[in-house]
Amino acid sequence: MDLSYTAEEEEFRARLREWLAAELPGLPPRPDPLDWPGRRAYDCGWQRRLYDAGYGHVHWDASPTQRLIFLEETERAGAPYVGANFVGLLHAGPTIAAEGTPEQRERWLEPVLRGDEVWCQGFSEPDAGSDLASLRTRAVRDGDAYVVTGQKIWTSHAEVADWCELLVRTDPEAPRHRGISWLALRMDAPGVTVRPLRTLAGSTEFAELFLDEVRVPVSHRVGEENDGWRVTMVTLSFERGTAFVGEVVACRRLLGELARTARENGTWDDPALRRRLGALAARFQALWRLTQRNVSEAQATGGVPGTGGSVFKLDYSHARQELYDAAADVLGPDALDLGREWNLDRLSSLSYTIAAGTSQIQRNIVAERILGLPKGR
Amino acid sequence: MTGAVDFRPNEDQRDLRRGIRELLAGRFGREALRAAVDGPGRVDRGLWKELGEAGFFALRLPEEEGGVGLGLPEAVLLFEEAGRALLPGPLVATHLAAGAVEGAAEGLTVVTEVSPEGLVPWLDAADVVRGDAAGAVPLRSVDPLTPLHRAPRTGRLSAGAVEAALLTAAEQVGTAAWCTDAAVAHAGRREQFGQVIGGFQAVKHLCAGMLVRTEVARAAVQAAAVTADRVEIAGAKLLADEAAVANARDCLQVHGGMGFTWEADVHLHLKRAWVRAALVLPGAKAAEEVASAL
Ligand SMILES: Cc1cc2nc3c(=O)[nH]c(=O)nc-3n(C[C@H](O)[C@H](O)[C@H](O)COP(=O)(O)OP(=O)(O)OC[C@H]3O[C@@H](n4cnc5c(N)ncnc54)[C@H](O)[C@@H]3O)c2cc1C
Repeated sequence: MDLSYTAEEEEFRARLREWLAAELPGLPPRPDPLDWPGRRAYDCGWQRRLYDAGYGHVHWDASPTQRLIFLEETERAGAPYVGANFVGLLHAGPTIAAEGTPEQRERWLEPVLRGDEVWCQGFSEPDAGSDLASLRTRAVRDGDAYVVTGQKIWTSHAEVADWCELLVRTDPEAPRHRGISWLALRMDAPGVTVRPLRTLAGSTEFAELFLDEVRVPVSHRVGEENDGWRVTMVTLSFERGTAFVGEVVACRRLLGELARTARENGTWDDPALRRRLGALAARFQALWRLTQRNVSEAQATGGVPGTGGSVFKLDYSHARQELYDAAADVLGPDALDLGREWNLDRLSSLSYTIAAGTSQIQRNIVAERILGLPKGR
Repeated sequence: MTGAVDFRPNEDQRDLRRGIRELLAGRFGREALRAAVDGPGRVDRGLWKELGEAGFFALRLPEEEGGVGLGLPEAVLLFEEAGRALLPGPLVATHLAAGAVEGAAEGLTVVTEVSPEGLVPWLDAADVVRGDAAGAVPLRSVDPLTPLHRAPRTGRLSAGAVEAALLTAAEQVGTAAWCTDAAVAHAGRREQFGQVIGGFQAVKHLCAGMLVRTEVARAAVQAAAVTADRVEIAGAKLLADEAAVANARDCLQVHGGMGFTWEADVHLHLKRAWVRAALVLPGAKAAEEVASAL
């Protein structure tokens, strides 16, 4: 058990801190949360700055410890998070890096790192949510292309994406997990229609994706034909394993802000509320430590995060919702004002126990894969 | 490229944990536990001495003083094992007295302490009492394995109180982990409706929740042992108390009627978890301590 950093890592931290201090004042103002093209431009601009400074690769090539330092420092400095580049940097990118051919890595990774291309994730379908393996979008081989027909749903950032990591059924006769393939779909290909869906927060964060005989070159398949489920599991373990690291740091900062507000408006004098904030601070500190442990384990086992991600995601998603509930009690009547950022974030947080595998599904995973209890449906 | 932050116990630490686990399995298995429950509330001096020889009490004394020369990260591993085994006796107070009270390090002297909450465990069995136990009156202790006296409440934190909170939290993690294992084992054995109850999702999800609580609390306790930070320790105690108590309750639930019996061990864990929670840095105080640093 060693939580100290090497001299080299401390130097990495110091250089990063210095760079952030110089770079952040020059950032353009944050776009309106409802302006998706504006958000894309902003997020990609930030990624480009990171790239030019040598930090573009940090989510992939840096040691897990350097990644932790990066997330800790950028969050502390109030720098933007990955935003529209979430899928490119944290799902599709790592999957291509792990499973792609050299040509595929060459074609797709660099533009993501430079902030030139944005990816989205086309996994869920109207009839395949938690039961993802029941997906039905068909891909039929025709010469050197697949002809893809079907529907995806809840596709985040689809409106502004260039590429979609798409799961399709290539063998309808095979057992469900063995007939799926992973394709990179160009969002401007003929036959692709995006229909935005409005979330309860009022924004069009995600969309429906209609695919009508869309041709996807066979060379855009990552992994073997019908091996897409295994390839997907790599993506999902990245998603659950490390994708939320930055947000834990953010929560610790948010709690500090909340305590300041509570001291100013007098709610701090309510011992029950004060202790609730204390308990939440203890929880986020522990989640940060759990993250460090998961990263240590991933580092020891060669980079792919393990089931520890499910344990983390379960507690984190609920803790974060509790944080916003506590915030609402601190804010009092102001908790009903959507002009306050807290309240928009509170609405967004309602998705945390659903997206990226619902809490119920995570509990199934923990019970079956870690505790060895019998599998059920 | 590997970084230095490596949270996992290293090989020596794993060996240490294995050693104490084996010692306790051999010397304080289920039969000894149940004998202690039915017995007259005495500390097993033979076992205490063996613990002393294994370095349980002298763990953190420097080697020049005859100690093992290790630190809190190793101590929390040992105390987690002690908690899992429900090892009785004032282990934390004796460990903290090593080097200060003659014979404590060797397991020859049993030391107890008056807690800031005014509770004194094992008063009659102890050779040395730290703090002022004058006027202490016996309670009918809820925990059959922890005799308790009540002394006037001082509210004053002794020098070792922060470390005591951490080591007690480590014991709570042991209870949380034991309860998870026991619930999973029972759920994998007991059949109803023609299948093991562990196949029912309602039961599986209780077990998954227990694992999550254990892992979050363990990460907190182990990190707090490394940093020795007062606020981090308070947070770890809070989470470990919650994990131990909630897991014991869920474990009881998974056992059904059997869980409500004296015969099943789960009530012993629940009751001990309550005692450990109340003895040092109870929930409200721990939460205040963390809040004050916000
Ligand atoms: C904000 C947001 C962004 C998203 N972004 C994307 C994206 O970019 N790309 C993408 O592909 N998908 C995305 N999703 C979809 C997300 O992965 C699914 O919503 C999720 O997997 C659940 O599927 P579902 O919505 O069909 O719910 P269902 O699977 O229908 O679940 C409904 C309820 O039933 C429960 N349930 C289902 N099966 C079981 C079971 N076996 N045991 C116990 N309970 C069960 C669930 O826990 C849930 O409470 C996003 C979702 C949200 C909310």
